Amino acid sequence: MAATPLAQSLRTALLRVVQSGSILYCTLEFVADFVFCSGPSMEPTIKSGDVVLTEHISVIFNKIRKRDVVICKSPKSPKDYICKRVIAMEGDNVYNTESNNFTNVRRGHVWLEGDNKDNSSDSRNYGQVPYGLLRGRVFFVLWPLYRAGPLGLDTEKSF
Amino acid sequence: MGLIGALAKTVVFAVPVSATFFDLIGTVVAVEGVSMQPVLNPPECGNSNTDYVFLNRLSVNALQFQRGEIVSLVSPFNPSQRYIKRIVALEGDTVKTLDKEKCVLVPTGHCWVEGDHHGRSVDSNVFGPISTGLITGKATYIVWPPNRMQRLEVQPAGEQRVYQTKACFAQ
Repeated sequence: MAATPLAQSLRTALLRVVQSGSILYCTLEFVADFVFCSGPSMEPTIKSGDVVLTEHISVIFNKIRKRDVVICKSPKSPKDYICKRVIAMEGDNVYNTESNNFTNVRRGHVWLEGDNKDNSSDSRNYGQVPYGLLRGRVFFVLWPLYRAGPLGLDTEKSF
Repeated sequence: MGLIGALAKTVVFAVPVSATFFDLIGTVVAVEGVSMQPVLNPPECGNSNTDYVFLNRLSVNALQFQRGEIVSLVSPFNPSQRYIKRIVALEGDTVKTLDKEKCVLVPTGHCWVEGDHHGRSVDSNVFGPISTGLITGKATYIVWPPNRMQRLEVQPAGEQRVYQTKACFAQ
């Protein structure tokens, strides 16, 4: 029995939806996506309520470097995401200003801190974080429009 | 041109759809090494003992884990490397390490993983509790070779080293 024109067009439409949904998913998962940031820990670089663009390629190819601003799964609550700056990487000796001692960052780990040192819960509290929890690198502030622009590497950049 | 066009259409459909399926629903991976013997790669199968397991990714997104489940995880030492281990303890549990030297409290959002083949496994006895965010899939079935096809059972640790309270410290 031949397919009726209606069944055929429904089938084509369904395949189109599956295809575009998959392309969208792969783009957001492996290339770049939008993140809505809340909380004061990255001020003045990123303020609460900002929407930023992040890319996943640097994380996938192990190209994250010191000073990058990253999105990371929270080590204590993996369903939540945190936005911090990479302060030290494996092999580095980093001074913890909260506990006043040095930590040697282990293989495969990073040390994350917020730019707002007085108001950020980060590696100074929960220690170094495995690289495997990183999700993306923030490269662009999208919203609000008057502060929109690429994210510099320097901490002190104020808008 | 018609052939190339049709080929390109197929690729543009198949690549993103299969990548999405593997990432969202599940994927099949080869198991390397001896750390999960005898359940995976049993020694009696000799040189051809590589098992292929189905990794369920859907259930990982829900972040619900049980003691005794076999999971794949990103190595805390090397983000390009994956391990397959069994979850032995969950957050809030206390575990006596295999060398019986100390008790470890598993922190919030973490779990304790071990290979079934004690002494031949790089696991939480080496790197400590891991964040559950490192878990990438639950191994639920052996799918290849055909004579090994089976469901992988959830097996909580038999010996008394895991306490669902702080009891380990009280000993």
